[in-house]
Amino acid sequence: MHQTFDAALGINLLHANQEGADHNREHFDEWGIICLNVMSSPGAGKTVLLERTLAALSSELKIAVIEGDMTTELDADRLRKYNVPVIAINTGRSCHLDSKMVAGGIHQLSYQYNPAEFDLVLVENVGNLVCPAEFEVGEHAKVALLSLTEGEDKPLKYPVMFQEADCLLITKMDLAPHLDVDVDRIVANVRQMNPHVAIVPVSAKTGEGLDAWFDWVRFQIKRSAPAKQQLSVVH
Amino acid sequence: MTKALIITVKDWWESQPVPPQISCIHLIVGKFTCVEPVSLQFAFNVQKQNTFLEGVELAIQETPLIAFCHHCQQDYFPEMGCQYACPQCQYPMEDIRSGRELKIDRIEYSFETEDSAAYAPNL
Repeated sequence: MHQTFDAALGINLLHANQEGADHNREHFDEWGIICLNVMSSPGAGKTVLLERTLAALSSELKIAVIEGDMTTELDADRLRKYNVPVIAINTGRSCHLDSKMVAGGIHQLSYQYNPAEFDLVLVENVGNLVCPAEFEVGEHAKVALLSLTEGEDKPLKYPVMFQEADCLLITKMDLAPHLDVDVDRIVANVRQMNPHVAIVPVSAKTGEGLDAWFDWVRFQIKRSAPAKQQLSVVH
Repeated sequence: MTKALIITVKDWWESQPVPPQISCIHLIVGKFTCVEPVSLQFAFNVQKQNTFLEGVELAIQETPLIAFCHHCQQDYFPEMGCQYACPQCQYPMEDIRSGRELKIDRIEYSFETEDSAAYAPNL
């Protein structure tokens, strides 16, 4: 004999990931670290942006990188040349990092180093404009990249990514003279759904806009400075 | 996302005093999420095989994208892929009232009650 039931749950599908992300963020806060989740489609320029960022800021900030890649450590190896800790995470068949994967990276970092010495953790997500936008990893801010070659319409087609972003870098600006792409249209499309996002056009090749990006990163660190000072007093 | 769905249902299933036989999972998926219902349905049907979810049906209800324009003081339906700002005043889409849902609404399940079948009713 069967007895049939109907249970009302109302459970968010991402609640387990969200709990993990909140836990990761508690670790970052405890150590006075700002974590940025860097996301884009494949080939938009995440790794070269991090290379430029490490070259410019690693003398003034203590930085670590958590590098998400589906199968290789090619990007991680590029970043290790800048003498910062780079924790590589292979996601296998998964098209995004999740909070559990990043928790593994955080624990690895804390075993090998004193995490309270760090100011900034840069998470390079897997190249994908869809899923990474839904899976928080414990970041304090989301950074999205959109390269000029992808066209003006991508914010309209992949709105969740651009609606969630705190900072948008329009990359490969050096190609602008060779492309029929309207940067103002990209900005207008993004502002339709995210009026407060910081938008910085950059070129890793020429250096255009990078100072503004570095200032944005510094500002995120500065915002957390009181917490860091409090931490140093406690210890 | 399929993995997140299966893990969430498994957590619930294992938390029951006696693991029930699930017959249907009712999902609510908003239009303004990264989930395509057809793809989720396909992946679920593949991944449920030879698991505790074998034979379980997945019923997905989609909710529309609805935003509230604070300038016009009214709801509107943004056009996915075309226009997200308010069609009347062009105010940006800031306040999403529907379309971000991604949840298990309810689960239909049953128990095999062998005991009640084994004993005659006490009339």
